[in-house]
This record gives sequence, C-alpha cells and structure tokens, in this order.
Amino acid sequence: MSRHHTGPRAGAGARTIRWTVLGVAAAAALVPLLAMLDFSTRTPTGGRSGQAWSSLATDPDLSAAILVSLQLALLTAVVVVALLLPTMLLVALRLSWARQPLELVCLLPLAVPAVVVVVGVAPVYAWVVHLLGSSPLNLVFVYAVLALPYAHRALAAGLGGLDLRTLVEAARSLGARWPDVVLKVVLPNLTGAVASTVVLVVAVVLGEFTVASLLGYDTLPVAINLVGKRDAELSVAASLASLVLAFVLLLGLSLLPVGRRRRAAPAAAVLSPTPAAPPGTGAPS
Amino acid sequence: MRLHARLAALLAAGALIAPLAACAPPTAEAGAASTASDGTAWGTTTSAEAGGGMDALVAAAKEEGELNVIALPPDWANYGAIIDAFEQEYGITVNSDQPDAASQDEIDTAERLAGQDGAPDVFDLGQSVTLANTDQFAPYQVATWDDIPAANKEETGLWVNDYGGYMSIGYDSAKVPAPTTVADLLKPEYKGAVALNGDPTQAGAAFSGVVMAALGNGGSADDLTPGVSFFSQLDDAGNFLPVDPTAATITSGQTPVVIDWDYLNAAITTDLPTWKVVVPTGAVTSQYYNQAINKDAPHPAAARLWQEFLYSDEGQNLWLAGGARPIRADAMVAAGTIDQAEYAELPAVSGTPVALTPEQTEAGAQQLASTWAAAVS
Amino acid sequence: MTALAAGRRTASRSSGRLASEVTAAAGLLPFGALVVLFLLIPLGVVFAGALLDESGRPTLGGLAALGDPVVRSAFARSFELSAITAAVGAVLGAAVATVVAGSSPTSALRRVVVAACGVLSQFAGVPLAFALVATIGLSGVVTQLLGGAGVDLYASGVWLFDTPGLVLAYTCFQVPLMVIVFLPALDGVRPAWREASLTLGGTRWQHFRLVSVPVLAPAFTGALLLLFANALSAYATAAALVSQGSSIVPLQIRRALSSDVLVGQQDLASTLAVGMVLVVAVVMGAQALVQRRTARWLR
Repeated sequence: MSRHHTGPRAGAGARTIRWTVLGVAAAAALVPLLAMLDFSTRTPTGGRSGQAWSSLATDPDLSAAILVSLQLALLTAVVVVALLLPTMLLVALRLSWARQPLELVCLLPLAVPAVVVVVGVAPVYAWVVHLLGSSPLNLVFVYAVLALPYAHRALAAGLGGLDLRTLVEAARSLGARWPDVVLKVVLPNLTGAVASTVVLVVAVVLGEFTVASLLGYDTLPVAINLVGKRDAELSVAASLASLVLAFVLLLGLSLLPVGRRRRAAPAAAVLSPTPAAPPGTGAPS
Repeated sequence: MRLHARLAALLAAGALIAPLAACAPPTAEAGAASTASDGTAWGTTTSAEAGGGMDALVAAAKEEGELNVIALPPDWANYGAIIDAFEQEYGITVNSDQPDAASQDEIDTAERLAGQDGAPDVFDLGQSVTLANTDQFAPYQVATWDDIPAANKEETGLWVNDYGGYMSIGYDSAKVPAPTTVADLLKPEYKGAVALNGDPTQAGAAFSGVVMAALGNGGSADDLTPGVSFFSQLDDAGNFLPVDPTAATITSGQTPVVIDWDYLNAAITTDLPTWKVVVPTGAVTSQYYNQAINKDAPHPAAARLWQEFLYSDEGQNLWLAGGARPIRADAMVAAGTIDQAEYAELPAVSGTPVALTPEQTEAGAQQLASTWAAAVS
Repeated sequence: MTALAAGRRTASRSSGRLASEVTAAAGLLPFGALVVLFLLIPLGVVFAGALLDESGRPTLGGLAALGDPVVRSAFARSFELSAITAAVGAVLGAAVATVVAGSSPTSALRRVVVAACGVLSQFAGVPLAFALVATIGLSGVVTQLLGGAGVDLYASGVWLFDTPGLVLAYTCFQVPLMVIVFLPALDGVRPAWREASLTLGGTRWQHFRLVSVPVLAPAFTGALLLLFANALSAYATAAALVSQGSSIVPLQIRRALSSDVLVGQQDLASTLAVGMVLVVAVVMGAQALVQRRTARWLR
C-alpha cells in the first residue's frame, strides 16, 4: 500500500504543482483562523492580551465538557466502524440487493437539518433517558446515525478500490476463518478508509451542537457556546480553541496504527491482483 | 427474491408502525413533587403564603438544590449578574440552557423534555408565544403582586410582565455620526452599516424594529407598510447588512449600527466604550417580556423562589442595572427603593410610546410574512 | 461466476439456501436496529407531522404548502446553492486530494492534511461567518490589503451577504470534506496501471480518460452526492451570515419551528422536511442512473 512515487512521476514539475496547490489551500485555511486569533487577543484600547485564552484554560465547566466530548467521540467512532463496516462487507459479498437501500439509508441523516432530526428523535430519547438515565453518553446513538453519511462514503470509497470477492475467496480457499478474513485480510487493505472514517466521525461529534443543545446535554460545543456568551473575544477564542483541540486529537489518533500498515503492505500487494481491466466495477460504490 | 421482498416489506412496515409506538409516552414517574413538611406540593401552590410562608419556600427550594433556566444569555438585561446573585444568596445551582433559544424554543424544550430532570422550570417569553401557550403554565402570585398594574399581568398569575424597554438605535460614535431619527439611517454615511437583530418574521426584537421604522416614517401600529418600505430603501441604498449582530461583530466593527432593544444596546457599552444608544424621536415602541412557571417544573419550589427573587427590590434593580425597565419601577420610585443612579442613566424618551396589542401584532406578523422577504432581497 | 458462488449453488438445497439467506440477513440486525430506532422512527415522527391532520388521519393537504411561491423559490435557491457548492467543492477537493494521495499514508504531510480537513469539514456556523467577515468582509484583513493595492472587492455591491457569499462560506467546509472522503478512493488507484498503460503505448491523457476516470467515477459521484446533501441541510452558517429573508429551506424550517412572531407553524416545518427528503431521494436516483451508465462503458 505504500506509494513510493520515485522515478518518472516525482519530477520537479509535479513537485511544484503539488506544493503550489497545498500552499494555496493552506493559506486559504489559515488566514481566516489568524483573523480569529487576532480578534481574540485584542483589548478595547487597541493593545494585545491573552486574557480570553487564559480564562478558557481555567474554566471548570469547559474541562468537564471536554472530557465528555472526547469520550463521546471515541465511543461513537468505535460504534460506527464496528456496525457499519461488517454491514457493508455483508452487503457487498452476500446481499447485493441491499446496496441501494443501504446507500439511501446512510444518506438520509443528511437530508434534513439537525433541528428537524431533534423533533423526530426526542420521543425516542424520552425512552432512552427512561431506560438508561440521562448521561451525555446517550448521545452516542444519534451521533452514530448522524455520522453515517460520512462514514459510509469513506468506507465505500475504500471498498471500491478493492477486488473484495477475489480477496475474500482467496483467503477462504487458503483456509482462513471469517473473523481472520475480516481482521487480517480485508481491514489492512482499508486502513486509509477506516482512518478517514474515524476522522470524520470524531470531527462530527466534536462539532455537533444543535442536537446536544436541544436535548439538554453539556458537550464541548454546548459549553463553548455558553462560555462565549460572556464576552466577544472569549467566544472567538473558544471557537478557535475547539478547532485546535480537535486537530490535535485527530493528529494524535492518526499516529496510532503505524506499524500495522507497513507490515500489511506486502501481504496486500500479493493478494490483490494487477488485472488488465481495472477492478471495482462491480464493487459497492 | 420473495425473501428479499418480504424483508423489505417488514422493514417498511416497521418504519410505518414505529411512529405510532413513538407517540405513546414512556411511563415516567411524575416529577417527584417536592413537598413541604406539612405535605404541600409546591407544584400546585399559587403563592408563598399558601405554601406556608417565605421561609418554607426557601427551605424547600434549597432542598431541591437546582433550578433549570432557559434562553437567558448573560448579557441580556443583566441576567448573568441576576443568576450569580441568586446562586450566591440561596446556594442553589442554576443550570442555564440554550442561551440562544427563542421564546418558542423554550416551550418546545419544555414539551420535549417533559418528565425529565432537565426540563426548564421557568420561562421568559415574548408576548405572542406567552398568549398562545398559557396551558403550559402554573399560576403563581409573587409577594409584590399588588405593585404590578393589572394590565401587565394575567389575573391568576399564569404570566406576568417582568421587564421591558424601548426600541433603539445603537451606534459606534467613533465610526458613524449620531442619528436622531430613523430616516437619518438612509444617509450615505451609514453605507454597509445598519443591522437588525434577527429576521422580523422570526425574532420579536426585529419585529419591533420594523414597528419603530414604521412609526418613524408615517405609519402606525396598524400599518407597518412604511416600515417595510423603509428597510427596502435601506437595502437599495446599500446601507442594510443582513448579518446577525453579536457582541463579536459589534466590537470588531463589522456591524457599526444595530437596531435593537435599548437594554441590549446598553450592554454593549461595557465592551465598546464608544457605543451609544438613542431612542429616535417620534418613533417610540415598547414591549414587556413575561415570566411564567412551567406547570411540570422538575423543581417547583426553586422556580417559585426564582420568581420571588426577580420581583423583589433586589431583582428589579438588577434588571435596571442592565438597562431594562423593571415592571415595578413606578412603585419602587414612589417607595424610594429604586436605584436612582441607574434609573437616571436610562436613555431619554420623547414622544408617546406605542405598544402593540396582540391583535395588531398578529396582523403585522401576517403582513411581514408576505412582504418582508421580497423587500430586503 | 466465481468458484465460491457456483459451489454454493450446487451444494445447497432450497431450505439450506433459505437458512443461509436468513442468517445473512440477520447479520443486518445490529445495524438495522440502530437505524430503525434512531433514524427511521424519527423520520416517521416528522413525516407524521406533515401527513397527518389534527385528528391523526392521513391527508395530503399539508403538502400543498410546498406549492407556495415563497417555498418554491426557497427550494430553488437551496438546490442551486447546494449544487454549485457541491461541484466547486468536489473539483477543488479532488485536486487537493490528488496532490496529497501521492505521498505515503504514513507521511507527516498526509496525516496533517487529513486531520486538518477533518476539523475544517465541521467548521461552520457563527464562527465561520465571523471568520469570513473578519477576513474578506467590508473591513476585513484581506479586503483592506487589496484596497491598499487598489482593488475594491465590493465595487459591484456587497456580495458577501448574498448567494455568492454563501457559496464561498459553504465551500470552506465542502472542500475539506471532499478531500477526506475522496482520498480512500485515490488510494485504490494503483501505480502499476499507469505503468501498464504507458508500456502499452497509451498517453497520459488516454490513461486518465480511459482508466482513472471510470475507476474513480463511482467514488466521485458518490462524494458529489454527499456534498450536495451536506450543503442542502446546512443551516447554522446561513443563519449567521444571511439572517434576513429565509431564502433557503433550512432557514424556513427554522422560522416555522421557532418564530417568536408567527406562532403555530410546526407542521409547515415537517412538510418542508418531507420536501427536502424527496429532493435528496430524487438526486440520489439520478446519481444511481449515471453510475449504471458509466459502469456500462467499462464492459
């Protein structure tokens, strides 16, 4: 899976294009954030002050909310991958009639705005609170559903690049049991897709405000919104801080399964054939 | 294929039947109504006297230990200081939810979280939503009930006016010249500068802004057309900003002129010393907000104590410190308990204030619903 | 047919086949439970608001509101905005993703880009509106820089608070979303194919047109559909940037649900939501058709 594009591809021309595109993209992303940083450190007299940032760091409500949101994010990521990936494999291998319905179902959460989702989900959550108490971790269910469109798209993009049937047949004919097939053959080929999925799910949970706020749970975005009401500079500092926190978390997560990718690469290269016609035509999209 | 069709049919049937199941409310225990030592259920008590006196109320509220409020931003009429003062005086934790919520959101949240501990205990609502939802309230008469004029309260105490203000123009005196009338805002000095606090078909404050514009351009409480056409002209001149003004947009200079309640504009002055507030001559409109108690409040004693606090001299003066006019102002002036310094700082008002009746509000809302979008696009 | 499927067919009797089908379908249960409880039932509740009248009987009268000219123009603007930002976001995002896909999955560059795009794909609402106005608003940093260089961004009117401004704002989170969602697809494009094309005598353009495009088309159109739905239901950014006029459907839904001024319109919100679901279903159907066509070209 490692892509050593040395040789004819990595010419100087391609490199300048790459760095220009990345440079423009980075500038477009950083300038607004710098403008926010500039505003959050302003004082009414025109000077600079880190007061907004220091009061953020010491706010007790925020630290509690950060913990809640981190737990929720990781829990939701696990739930989504554990539920969606086997389902997509099952549909790809055995239940091909369910491919379109699955895609529709996975797109529905994005079809309506969050305020409408809350209107519908509130009666269900009345039961959830009745059965499970009112911990903020209840939100894992609705967050898993809200993250489905993104997760499904990322996993489908990864699955589309595999010749799933051949891989699975080869593994089964070599004597692998189903758990080994999934964990040791399919999953290592999907590390990019699963990584993208986890990133998306965590980002969705750390950024989701409407449902948590309307159902009355104190997650990080809700706490940040409340903190921001006290002060203009504080609200901008709080938004920027939540972005930085999410970025650091996602970067940290990406540092985890490094060894696995490298070890799996040769096995995948052996198992996935290099056909004359590109595979992925009949694979799920 | 038949199997697949059957499975699909099952799923579809489940999806159809499910909503009916969802409608059945769960068997939630009725919010354990806190009782006084003599068995009074505070959830149905209509005054402190009836419940055994203020001391009994305070004790019951302290035992409940928490109060859920909703839609109270800290910089709205000094609610931040009011909540802090209540917490410190009685040791009751105030959970402030959804500071951005509109009045209708408060009612919706009460319905959505009915029976749960997080449901709101008390409401602070605009006029239209109050009158449409009286079946959600519990009647209660505060200790200072008699100080409040009859026209400003529902006779059994389902809702009571709490504070109000006049529609005003707030502006950054360092960036734009001082406007005295509404029509001044059409001048080229205000290009790309004027923002309204929300959409008038959505937010009560913005609706009153249109009323003020109507009054300032020859209209009346019954005819808001001059107001709508004023904003249309403002938009054509390039003076109108469709952005929602917040403390951040104001202090950063993105929205130098804001049409909003005078107490909301007054709160900006602490962040931006050059911010000034003026109520335009001849275009004076006012509105009071309303307090109400959720009849299914999870903390009924704390809810009632909160009302007592708000209508006490201390509570009323805290609202005054936020630039709002408390409902007991006249009685407190007569009794000498009003904070004179703050009272003198309220913006001067010249001209007779106009307050819309519910019928006029309804008619105006319908008119805006059909004409506003086209006017400002 | 593959050996596995052929073997399965000849070896099983009809009851064995039924049993294995049932067990396979049963594998859908955990996911299905989540979806039914937290997606289908809530949607059912919303649909019930639109399609049932006060006494609980089905009626199509509520749907008449979808014919209202204000509603129709809101749907048109929503559709237009979503389509444009989906297309722009898809193209720009694919460009960035292509550039990043060239590096190893474990490289620092890719990790940073993926993490940053993950975060930025959810950067919306009031903070985004503030950041945009602070950057290219009337007194924004970039506006003033360009003004110093003699370029007036707002010579032809204040476009930031109209559809062009919304397009720019939405693109800010559509592009990162596209990058993340499209990278896994690019991972599946093997360098060996390009080498095969070149050794067989094809040009780089031919390789792109005849190999890369068909392989990536399903993922690209799928991502396009995701971006479209993402923009269609986005509400917070528009509410902060263009709070006047309820020009797009989510703003109208918001107004119907929680207006202080026009009370009692909750059912209209449900009807609008039904309309949105229909739009997404129709666009999805179109995408499925396109996909079936492009798959045919490969045979």
